Amino acid sequence: MRRVLLSLAALGFAVAAAAATPEDRLSAVFEAIEANRVDEALKRVDALLRDYPNFRLAYLVRGDLLLARSRPLLTFGNVVKTVPQDRIEGLREEALARLRAMRSRPSEDRLPRYVLQLHPGQKHVLVVDSRRSRLYVFGNDQGRPRLVADFYVTLGKNGVEKTREGDQKTPIGVYHVTGNLPRSKLTDFYGAGAFPINYPNEWDRRRGRKGHGIWLHGVPAELYSRPPRASDGCLVFANPDLESIGRYVQVGTTPVIIADAIEWSDAASVDAERRSLNAALEQWRADWQGRDTERYLGHYSQRFGAGGGQDYAAWAAHKRAVNAAKSWIKIELSRVAMFRYPREGDFVVVSFEQDYRSSTLSNTVRKRQYWIKEEGRWKILYEGAG
Amino acid sequence: MHKPAAPYARLRRGLTALCAAALCSALAARGDDLQDASKFLKAGQHAQALERVNKALKAKPRDPQARFLKGIIVTEQGNSKEAIEIFTRLTQDYPELPEPYNNLAVIYASQGQYEKARAALEQSIRTHPSYATAYENLGDVYAKLASQAYDKALQLDSSNSGAKNKLSLVRELVREPTVVAVVKEPSKPKEPAKPAADPNAEVLKAVNGWAEAWSKKDANAYLSYYAGDFKTPGGEARPAWEKTRRERIAAPKSIEVKVDSPKVTLRGSNEASVTFRQDYRSDKLTSSNTKTLELVKADGRWQIREEKAGR
Repeated sequence: MRRVLLSLAALGFAVAAAAATPEDRLSAVFEAIEANRVDEALKRVDALLRDYPNFRLAYLVRGDLLLARSRPLLTFGNVVKTVPQDRIEGLREEALARLRAMRSRPSEDRLPRYVLQLHPGQKHVLVVDSRRSRLYVFGNDQGRPRLVADFYVTLGKNGVEKTREGDQKTPIGVYHVTGNLPRSKLTDFYGAGAFPINYPNEWDRRRGRKGHGIWLHGVPAELYSRPPRASDGCLVFANPDLESIGRYVQVGTTPVIIADAIEWSDAASVDAERRSLNAALEQWRADWQGRDTERYLGHYSQRFGAGGGQDYAAWAAHKRAVNAAKSWIKIELSRVAMFRYPREGDFVVVSFEQDYRSSTLSNTVRKRQYWIKEEGRWKILYEGAG
Repeated sequence: MHKPAAPYARLRRGLTALCAAALCSALAARGDDLQDASKFLKAGQHAQALERVNKALKAKPRDPQARFLKGIIVTEQGNSKEAIEIFTRLTQDYPELPEPYNNLAVIYASQGQYEKARAALEQSIRTHPSYATAYENLGDVYAKLASQAYDKALQLDSSNSGAKNKLSLVRELVREPTVVAVVKEPSKPKEPAKPAADPNAEVLKAVNGWAEAWSKKDANAYLSYYAGDFKTPGGEARPAWEKTRRERIAAPKSIEVKVDSPKVTLRGSNEASVTFRQDYRSDKLTSSNTKTLELVKADGRWQIREEKAGR
């Protein structure tokens, strides 16, 4: 038995000494198995199940620990009778996902490449690594991300890259939380609550991606957690985890970046990319304010599309006419946030508050732009209200 | 779950594996009533068996043999509640006996109370580390508990789950091998005596002498084969252990112990272990089991330092 369970336990990791989560405690069970302290392992799993009687994965481990006293184990989750194999597989995958994630926590100096800049109002950003079935919460440390917590997450039955309604996939992209639905307004299916996100966003629509109703939510009371791939596309968490995540979320503000496998980078590289984007953004602002319309238009990609659906030529002609009519323009940008888009190469979502004043019109809007790199230069591909 | 009768299917399991001699420790105290009760029980005449055992208990209310037998009778009658009471009290009054724990576990398991069964069996083994029946039963209980855990893991309905375990009830209060002994010489090529030159032969001579003393019910000679630092079972004080041994050797009318197929392993010139099949027969019990004696040579004599069931 030892050998079988060891194949999991050998993933080895230190359990956080702080308030032990059920996952930490499950890890301690595997540590005890690894150290050949099987009695201790059984005691620990029994205690865990007393506190979390719905933690099915823990029952599987308990079954193995007991069965091993009666006969040699052949596999992890050595269920003898004929049962639906996918259920056992789901629990095995959950075990692996949880243990892998705990074992290979990103080190302090590793940052997700996507979070180039948080604006001062964004206290946290949520980044999902689909392959690891893990959501990482980063705090805003003067615009730079700092890992504060991470959670096991269940994603769509059919994986990621949602493209259409009913495909049971989780979208990949940069989103934000758009609402907070408390437990009292939901059925038990959603557990502790739900946080919808803005799928499909402008980019998804432009790519023709369909579907709706992608939420972060909890699980029914009878469950502690679900297997790694079990939802219809939503991001599903253990209820205590969803409650913890809820404490980090600001509706309308908190970004949710869903990646296939997170690209990790270092602070210097992230800083360099942020500086290069900020320089491009500042040049765009300055050229607009200076009413140098040709230089201003040069910041836009030939494939540019504004929210209204005009083509580039029509839109450029319009801009030329508008800018020519003004005797002065003054633009200030604030609360700038920048996120690289997963899976899209050099593609960054930039959002900011734009304070626009001119001889004929003044307004303040929240704007969102998609910047791409064309021939080594950052260009705007899309621009709209943010 | 288990029918009370079901355990008997594998009733004998483990009995012989244990170095068992059915103990009739206080044979004198055991009147005919008890023997009759036992006979009626074997014949399946429970009412008569119960009547006799109650009679015996009237005379000696605390007698463990009689109480144990009554526990078996009421278990067979399906009166689990009273059986649990009887065996529980026995564990309280005689915590050193493994059998009442075992039978308590069998009843708990038959009621589907596997955690309780597990606790009782673990206690039984703690009491008597080489108790094979309890080990086998415990294996079954662990398997059952594992199955329940898997059912919860997989959201299956436990109530109609698969094969029911049949645990073995122990029907006799088997204490220490109380045995009787007559030794059979290992069949060895008869060679002209190599005078005391062969250490293997010296060791065997000691073992055979020990079995012979036992078979002759010669307690003094029997005890003289045990070394001064003999490890008594459970770390019991030597005088108490000797007293029990004397009683057990005195109790049966006759004892015959045979040492069969002995295998000697020498470790250096002063230590050896001998594994053999011990065939024991008395007027009360017949058993056959593997035993290992650890011997040391002291004062020119091979003496027993430890006695173990199995290899």
